[in-house]
Amino acid sequence: MNQSVFRLTLPILFGYLPLGMAFGVLFATQLDYAWWAAPLMGLVIYAGAGQILAVSLLAVNAGLLEVFIAMFVLNARHLFYGLSLLGQFKGAGWRKLYLIFGLTDETYSLLTSRPRGSDRAHEQEVDFRITGFNQCYWVAGCATGALLGENVAFDSTGIEFALVALFIVLTLEQFKSLGEGFPIWLGAAAAGVAMLVLPPAHQLIGAIALVTAVLLLEYRKHRRQTLHRESSHG
Amino acid sequence: MGESGYLAAFIAVAAIATFATRVIPFLFFERHTEHPLVRHLGRYLPAAVMALLATVFLQRSADWSGSWMGFDALLPGALVVIVHLWRRNALLSIAAGTISYMAIQQAGL
Repeated sequence: MNQSVFRLTLPILFGYLPLGMAFGVLFATQLDYAWWAAPLMGLVIYAGAGQILAVSLLAVNAGLLEVFIAMFVLNARHLFYGLSLLGQFKGAGWRKLYLIFGLTDETYSLLTSRPRGSDRAHEQEVDFRITGFNQCYWVAGCATGALLGENVAFDSTGIEFALVALFIVLTLEQFKSLGEGFPIWLGAAAAGVAMLVLPPAHQLIGAIALVTAVLLLEYRKHRRQTLHRESSHG
Repeated sequence: MGESGYLAAFIAVAAIATFATRVIPFLFFERHTEHPLVRHLGRYLPAAVMALLATVFLQRSADWSGSWMGFDALLPGALVVIVHLWRRNALLSIAAGTISYMAIQQAGL
């Protein structure tokens, strides 16, 4: 079974090793903490964009409440992954906790797209190993990058732009799968307003609150229109 | 709180926040997957948050007062968009943007 799981997860290996290394290099070159904290973060946090954002939060000694909100909101898309896997993970017993913990973007896309047989317990065991293999790649990447960053001397000025580039890529991917520009402009405009009226320490939370408020208003407006239409059609 | 105490607390908080986003649907939403508000937020929130983060951090990496007037970050940012629309390879797009930004910063123009 391990051989077929390895084949299935090979594309993830090629994605996670370099991205994990990018995080590790960033961690070791931007911060003064011990290198092994980078793979430790890969082990207990296990979130690509989240860990890279964590480096910039650690660099400014961000308050723990801000850390919680920033990490929660950045990873909020995971809330909606779980919704589509409720059935698939049902009855997985002790494995279920790790399956949920390891639900990254890449693992999610693999688990939801791979062909499945009718033996439920067997398929859940395969899901479990896929999750485990993927996390091994990620932690290995984090460790390699941190060791490289600490031991190989090179001018890393500007390497933190990797975070910006990652967010731009994720925005484009969201736009492509959504086919709508509205949330993109909303997010950018909310960030612009927050940057104009708030000090840097509160900009992220302010912009997130603004985006959520607009989406809720939009929802209410939508809802009222739908209800109105339904009642007028009797 | 010492340096390592802060790091330990930071990692714990980040781990809890991340795990919360993954476990909440299994705890609370088991009966609400079809609720229109859940679907509305699921559709729009992730894209809006990504655009927000990209904007905030792009603005912070730029030098708005120097001779580049922000273009030291805006040009690498535009390069990421172009390369990504062209090849749609995340690592390639990130590498192109980061390397060009590093080159501009290190050239010290």
